[in-house]
Amino acid sequence: MSSQLPTLPALLPMLKRSAIATIIAFFLFLPTLGIKTAASGGVDGLFLQYRWSGLAIACGLIFVARMAMEIFGKKQDGTSKPAAAPSALVRFFGSAKIAKTVGPVLLVFAIVFPFLPFSDRYILDLGILIITYVMLGWGLQIVVGLAGLLDLGYVAFYAVGAYSYALLSIHFGFGFWMCLPLAGLLAATWGVILGFPVLRLRGDYLAIVTLAFGEIIRVVLLNWRGFTGGSNGLSSIPRPSFFGLPFNQEPGGFAATFGLEYSSMQRIVFLYFLILALAIFTFFVTGRLRRLPIGRAWEALREDEIACRSLGINTVNTKLSAFAIGAMFGGFAGSFFAAKQAFVSPESFNFMESATILAIVVLGGMSSQLGVVFSAIAMVGGVELLRQLQFLKVIFGPDFDPSQLRLLLFGLAMVLMMLWRPRGLVSTRTPTVFLKDEKTVSAAMISQGRG
Amino acid sequence: MSQPLLAVNQLTMRFGGLTAVDAVSFDVHREHITAVIGPNGAGKTTAFNCITGFYKPTEGQIVLTHADDRQFELEQMEDFRISQTAKVARTFQNIRLFGGMTVLENLMIAQHNHLMKASLYTLAGIFNMPSYQRAQKAAKEKAQFWMDRIGITDRADDPAAALPYGDQRRLEIARAMCTDPVLLCLDEPAAGLNPRESEELNALLRSIRDTNNVGVLLIEHDMSVVMEISDHVIVLDYGRKISDGTATQVRNDPAVIKAYLGVVED
Repeated sequence: MSSQLPTLPALLPMLKRSAIATIIAFFLFLPTLGIKTAASGGVDGLFLQYRWSGLAIACGLIFVARMAMEIFGKKQDGTSKPAAAPSALVRFFGSAKIAKTVGPVLLVFAIVFPFLPFSDRYILDLGILIITYVMLGWGLQIVVGLAGLLDLGYVAFYAVGAYSYALLSIHFGFGFWMCLPLAGLLAATWGVILGFPVLRLRGDYLAIVTLAFGEIIRVVLLNWRGFTGGSNGLSSIPRPSFFGLPFNQEPGGFAATFGLEYSSMQRIVFLYFLILALAIFTFFVTGRLRRLPIGRAWEALREDEIACRSLGINTVNTKLSAFAIGAMFGGFAGSFFAAKQAFVSPESFNFMESATILAIVVLGGMSSQLGVVFSAIAMVGGVELLRQLQFLKVIFGPDFDPSQLRLLLFGLAMVLMMLWRPRGLVSTRTPTVFLKDEKTVSAAMISQGRG
Repeated sequence: MSQPLLAVNQLTMRFGGLTAVDAVSFDVHREHITAVIGPNGAGKTTAFNCITGFYKPTEGQIVLTHADDRQFELEQMEDFRISQTAKVARTFQNIRLFGGMTVLENLMIAQHNHLMKASLYTLAGIFNMPSYQRAQKAAKEKAQFWMDRIGITDRADDPAAALPYGDQRRLEIARAMCTDPVLLCLDEPAAGLNPRESEELNALLRSIRDTNNVGVLLIEHDMSVVMEISDHVIVLDYGRKISDGTATQVRNDPAVIKAYLGVVED
């Protein structure tokens, strides 16, 4: 950190670099900030509107920021700062002991959450959404984090689970608890069906095929009108009941049976605890699987597939089991989604969902269950938080809609993450078995998998 | 000695027009250290990959005979089955450890098939049943045994990638031994080791041969290792076997001298 201002000869190359950054920024901002298409209202239709002042302000900001970085930044010699200097926050999340205390605290908080004074319907819905994504994240973590297989079509299994519940309950009148394992089983079957053709693929090719698979499922759901209702979706799906007691105002309903006053919140609280229970189940099963031979084989597969084969591990079965079990949890979550919404349509299962779930896993850290919780809160809760920033209208004028900044901030968060925490919030790995003391393995050692 | 442990018969491997291994036959005996040597590009690693199933040979038979007379035709088996059922373990020229996993985990993964059965393919493991706990404990003890044997017990909970090079080499051998092999194939185990580490390696290989009832097949460039510990040496050159015998016999074989040093024309 140099507090003295540099002399003029030292300043010149800095000015040059800042100017280059500004020129790059100019061309980047030109089409996005500098030009706007506007409707004239007349017969000419669209015309271009130039916003030179906005462009100038943006470029000016870039120049000033770059100069500030040059003068006050640490790296004068062009070498990047060493990545291995964990901040207090990183050490906090990374240490195994903290993880053991933070986990239970979070769990207790999640249990009392619906009874806290500020928990209205909106907050609870948000909680349900976050926990659903946490569950999906834990499911996908098996495939991406442990087995190292990049899956861009995870939402397909979410969709299979949702439609399984919808179709089974509409056509056969199956209840939620009966549909749940069936939905998981069907999703796992589809996981194996996807797994077979992609066994030999790695890296980019695997990502493309899984991406396509996600889209195939969605397109089939969209076009198989007779079975899935096409784009209209399936509505009036039976809602789950509390051990046979429906949440309604009838005499046989939940409220009447327990002598409570009927409130629509009862159903929401029930759904909240339902997804919480499912998530806790997912947590324990995935956490346990990781410590079993199968989980170790998944991680070994990520580290070195050839070495796995030389040790007699059937890599085909190992990969398929990762796909199947990951998909199964997606199916469970999908089943819950359909039960909660009482309506499913293909729109809910687009690529953005897959990307969000994958981003949660990547941001959280490939093999940390706690990291997924934090990143799900940040990704899902953070986006919702933006909607709450209505007070910014006072500053930016009444036309300002903070939720429009969603993707911009999303991208910014991603860039910052990649700069500071390229391996996710919790990048260390806890060994599955230990002899004397459990030390975490630093991210630098861990292979990220090539497929 | 009725049946050799491994009988390689007329093994041929062609890559397009290139014949990397050309009708090579040799035997590997139980409790023997057999070394395959030869100049660079002689086809040693290719022959090795055929035996361990990483390549499917173009022609030839590779028959492995267990002590109980069960026979396995390795050229027809998938690579992971060769380790799983025929019990042939191997190491790699460029070490292939699971770097992000600890030393202990590396040795546990080698016992995967045994532990999978003990965990009833994960079912008993999920509920942590006593039978699985016992198997897990036994596997840990076996890993401990091998860590003691190669002297890295105090680093059991460190990631494998953090070990010094020599320890990584020996850990890879220990990991291969944790699969309970009858034949241990080592691809240049002494590559990159200093003289003291080579000595330790020799001692380790001898003790494995003598105490574990294992046949050892190794590819090696380091002649101090080959000449000192091999019971049987096979020399390959341009894909053909040019010599076969004890270390002394091979050392004095004119064909071997020609291949390594060239021959004076007169």
